[in-house]
Amino acid sequence: MAQARFDDVWVVIPVYNEAPVLAAVLDDVTGTFGHVCVVDDCSTDGSDAIARGLSGRGVRVLRHPINLGQGAALQTGLEYVLADPLMGRVVTFDADGQHHVPDAAAMAERVGTGELDVVLGSRFLGGAKGAMGGAKRLVLKAAVAYTNLSVGMKLTDTHNGLRAMNRQAAQALHLTQNGMAHATEILEQIKRAGLRYGEHKVEISYSPYAKAKGQSLLNSVNILVDLMLR
Amino acid sequence: MFIKIALIVAVMAVALFMLRGQGARRQALRRLGLLLFAALAVVSIVFPDSLTTVAQRLNVGRGADLLLYVLIVVFFSYVASRYVRDRRSAQQLTALARRLALDEAPPPRECVAGPEVAGSEAAGPAEVA
Repeated sequence: MAQARFDDVWVVIPVYNEAPVLAAVLDDVTGTFGHVCVVDDCSTDGSDAIARGLSGRGVRVLRHPINLGQGAALQTGLEYVLADPLMGRVVTFDADGQHHVPDAAAMAERVGTGELDVVLGSRFLGGAKGAMGGAKRLVLKAAVAYTNLSVGMKLTDTHNGLRAMNRQAAQALHLTQNGMAHATEILEQIKRAGLRYGEHKVEISYSPYAKAKGQSLLNSVNILVDLMLR
Repeated sequence: MFIKIALIVAVMAVALFMLRGQGARRQALRRLGLLLFAALAVVSIVFPDSLTTVAQRLNVGRGADLLLYVLIVVFFSYVASRYVRDRRSAQQLTALARRLALDEAPPPRECVAGPEVAGSEAAGPAEVA
């Protein structure tokens, strides 16, 4: 069962065609968190029906009438959970099973102590290499360097979907980048709002499924152009 | 050499002009630009050699080359303005789709319905095919 100490926590999970793993991921998340907001970005594989089947375990499903992108799904989820006056903390979590629930719980607890407004998951913190191929690591590292430079932060991982934040931070975010460039946009807005942020070491599971679903290297070109042409 | 600088400056100016500001003033200027374009087109049709004369004075060579350069500038400005307009309509579409998703969503908690979802209890699970 969900733990009472997380009763003020909402987990926002943007979903787009994750039917093969969604039930397992939601089962895992609802074992710890009692309030889960799934934003289905107009999946065509029945992901929304799978999520709705778990409404008895605290899963609420929102569905975009058209596919808008992960950034848009996150923003929709944030606006939904802000409508809950008892919401004190938000965790963003990827639907493909790459994140670990204990990491999310630990990050939510750090936000709960009040030491930080936003806790960002990092797979590279403490010099960890992360179990990924050389080319992918190179692109990710380049993205980290570029993002740090443009945003003015010193992070070890800038494209990690696992984050925890308090209500104030959730209110400060207004994502307009519907696609994947929202990862950078979130950091910009955290910085601009003067929120206290920190990183938290997290594990990433590179299952064959997550790998197949993950960002293709070429898409990083799209993200870069999206960020430059604003 | 002069023509290169002039064209580069024109490209930059058009890009800047198209990317910032909007409203009646910009629309009026765009319409004036269109009128000027039509006038020049008519002149070049009536006096086919005029284009070449102008081109030679600008050290471009043939009138056809000048036409190509101008076309590139115009095309680029079109792409830029199209991009801005597409982005704006995408944002409107996003707001609309988000509103729909939020309105059809169940209340976040059984007992407490927030302001965003108040009154949507009857909607139940969204069925948008």
